[in-house]
Amino acid sequence: MTAKLSDRQRATQEAVRAQIEGKRSEPGAVIFRLMLIVMLLASLLILVVLLADIFAGAWATFRDRGLDFVLSGLSLNPETAGVWTGIIGSLIIAFMVILLAIPIGVGAAVYLEEYAPDNTLTQWIDTAVRNLAGVPSIVFGLLGLAMFVTLVNGIGLGGSTGGRNVIAAGITMAALVLPIVIITSAEAIRAVPRSIREAGYGVGATQWEVIRSHVLPSAFPGILTGTVLTLARAFGETAPLLVIGVATGFFSASADASFLDTLTGPYTALPVIVFSWSRQTDPQFINTLAPAAIVVLLVVLFSLNAVAIYFRNKYEKKW
Amino acid sequence: MVNDMPDATDTTSETPAEAVSMYERIRDAEPAPPPPRDLTLETGIAPASAGADDANPVIIDVRDLNVYYADFHAVKDVSLPIRQNEITALIGPSGCGKSTALRSLNRMNDLIESARVLGTIEYHGVDLYGKNVDPVEVRRHIGMVFQKPNPFPKSIYDNISFGPKIAGYKDNMDDLVEETLHKAALWDEVKDKLNESAYALSGGQQQRLCIARAIATSPDVLLMDEPASALDPIATLRIEELMYELKKDYSIIIVTHNMQQAARVSDRTAFFSVEVNEQGQRTGHLVEFNPTRRLFTNPEERETEDYITGRFG
Repeated sequence: MTAKLSDRQRATQEAVRAQIEGKRSEPGAVIFRLMLIVMLLASLLILVVLLADIFAGAWATFRDRGLDFVLSGLSLNPETAGVWTGIIGSLIIAFMVILLAIPIGVGAAVYLEEYAPDNTLTQWIDTAVRNLAGVPSIVFGLLGLAMFVTLVNGIGLGGSTGGRNVIAAGITMAALVLPIVIITSAEAIRAVPRSIREAGYGVGATQWEVIRSHVLPSAFPGILTGTVLTLARAFGETAPLLVIGVATGFFSASADASFLDTLTGPYTALPVIVFSWSRQTDPQFINTLAPAAIVVLLVVLFSLNAVAIYFRNKYEKKW
Repeated sequence: MVNDMPDATDTTSETPAEAVSMYERIRDAEPAPPPPRDLTLETGIAPASAGADDANPVIIDVRDLNVYYADFHAVKDVSLPIRQNEITALIGPSGCGKSTALRSLNRMNDLIESARVLGTIEYHGVDLYGKNVDPVEVRRHIGMVFQKPNPFPKSIYDNISFGPKIAGYKDNMDDLVEETLHKAALWDEVKDKLNESAYALSGGQQQRLCIARAIATSPDVLLMDEPASALDPIATLRIEELMYELKKDYSIIIVTHNMQQAARVSDRTAFFSVEVNEQGQRTGHLVEFNPTRRLFTNPEERETEDYITGRFG
C-alpha cells in the first residue's frame, strides 16, 4: 500500500499536510451558532412551559373526573361541568367549514389558476384574496352578525336563537378560512409541473380532462395541507363566535332535543368554553377546568389533523 | 446528385477560325467547376439515411409561418413541406425557434396566452389554424414527445391507456396497451410491472414510455422535441432505433441539438438560424431545407456549411 517515497515526494507530502491539516479557529462562527441554539431553546422553552402549565392544571381534573369531564355538559358547578357541548359545537363548525369552505375555496383556486385570463382584474382579485386572509377575525364576526345570522334566520333556521346559532357560526368560520383555502390550493395547483399538463394536452386531452385527471390529483396532497391549516384556524378562533352570540354562559338542551334543535338552539365551542371558564370567579374553573378544556381542544384538533395528514401521506406516497 | 458540368471549351469551339492567344483563352475560360463537395470528411458526420423521396406525399405543409410571443418575433417566414413516412429533423443553434416552430404544428402554442401564429399550416390539406378546428382533435392526430421524459405520476398501464380512454377507445384496453408497448420496444422490460409507477423506470425507459403514450392514440404524425437530450448515449441509440422503426407507420418531426443524431436518423433536415436585433431579441428563420444527405455533404447555403462544420454556433 505505502510504496517507498522519494525524498522529493516526501517533501511534497509534508508541505501538503502542513497546508490542509489543522483546526480552523473561527470564534465568530462559534458564537453565532451558540446564539442560534439559544434562540431555538428559548422558543422551545416557551412551548414547554406553556404545555407543562396546562397539563399540570388539567391533571387534577382528569384524575378526579376522567371521561366524565369530557362527556358532561356545561354547568355552573365545577364538580359536574364538562366540555361535551363544546366538542359537539366545535365539530359541527369544523364540519360546516369542510362542507362549505373546501369546495368553494378549491373551486375558486382552480378557476383562478387554470381558467382566469392573466389580466389586471385577476391580479386584483388575487391581491384581494391575500389581503382577506389577513383581515382580523373579529371583522368576520361582524360580517357574520350582519349577514349570516340574518340569512339563517331568514331561511327559517333561526330556531330559539333568532339565527345566532351554530349554523351561522359555521358559515362565518367558513368565510373566515376561505381565503386561506384559496391561497393554499392555488399554490398547490401552481406547483403541478407544466410538463404534466403538457403531457396531458399532448395526448389530446381537453383542459377539463387535464385538470381532472392530472392537475387535481397531483395537487391533492397540497390542498389537504391547506385543509389542515384551515381546520386548525377554525377550531381555535373565538372572537367571531363571541360576536355572533355564542353562549358564554350556561345553557342546557332539553333531553328530548332533536338534531334540528341542537343546530338552531344555543351552542358553544371549545375555545369559547376556555374563554368563559377563565373568567369565572370560582378558582377551580380557572385553575383546573380551563386547562383541561384546552387539553381536550388540542386532542380533538390533533386528531382531526392526523386524519388529514394520514390522507395526504397516503396520496403522496402512492407515486 | 447531378452535377451539370458546364463545358469549358464551348467559348473557344464557337470561333475556331480566330486565332486566340493562350493568354486570352485562359483569361476567358469559364472557371473550372469545383469538384463535388463532400463535407463528410471535414465534419466527421456520416448521414446514413436515404429515405427522402419526393414521391412521398406532403403531410404537413408549413407556409410562411411566423410566431410571436406578445411583441417578440420568435419565428420568421418558415416554409416547410413535411412528407409522409419520413423523419424530418429541425436543427440549429439555441433560440433559433425550432422548438417554437415544432409546437406550432400541433397547436401546443395555444397553451401560451401571448403566442400568435401567422401563416398557414396545412395537414392533409386542411388548415390547422382554421376557424372550426379543435386543437384537442389536432393533438390526437399529431402526437408529441417532450424533451424531458414526462410520464404521468401514475402506473405504466395508466400512462398508455389515458389517451385512448379520453378519445373514446372501446375495444380491449389490455391488448392495446400491450401492442403499444411492443411498438415502443418496451414490452419486454415492463410486462411484469404494468401497475407500478412510471417513475420507477429509468430515464430512457420513461422516454420510450412517453413515445408509447404518444402513439397509443394512433396519431399519424409524431413531434419530438429533443427527445434524447436528457438521456445517455445508449438510451439515445434505443430511441433512434425506435424512431427508425416507427417511420414505417408515422411521419416524424424531430428537433435536435445533436447534428450527428439528425444525420443518423433523419431523411430531411431543416437548418434554422437566428438573427439578433438591436433589442437583443432573437428571431429564428429557416436557412435551408434539403434531404439530409445533401444538407450534410453539399449544403446550398454558406451558413449551413459553417454550422455543420463547427465554424459557427
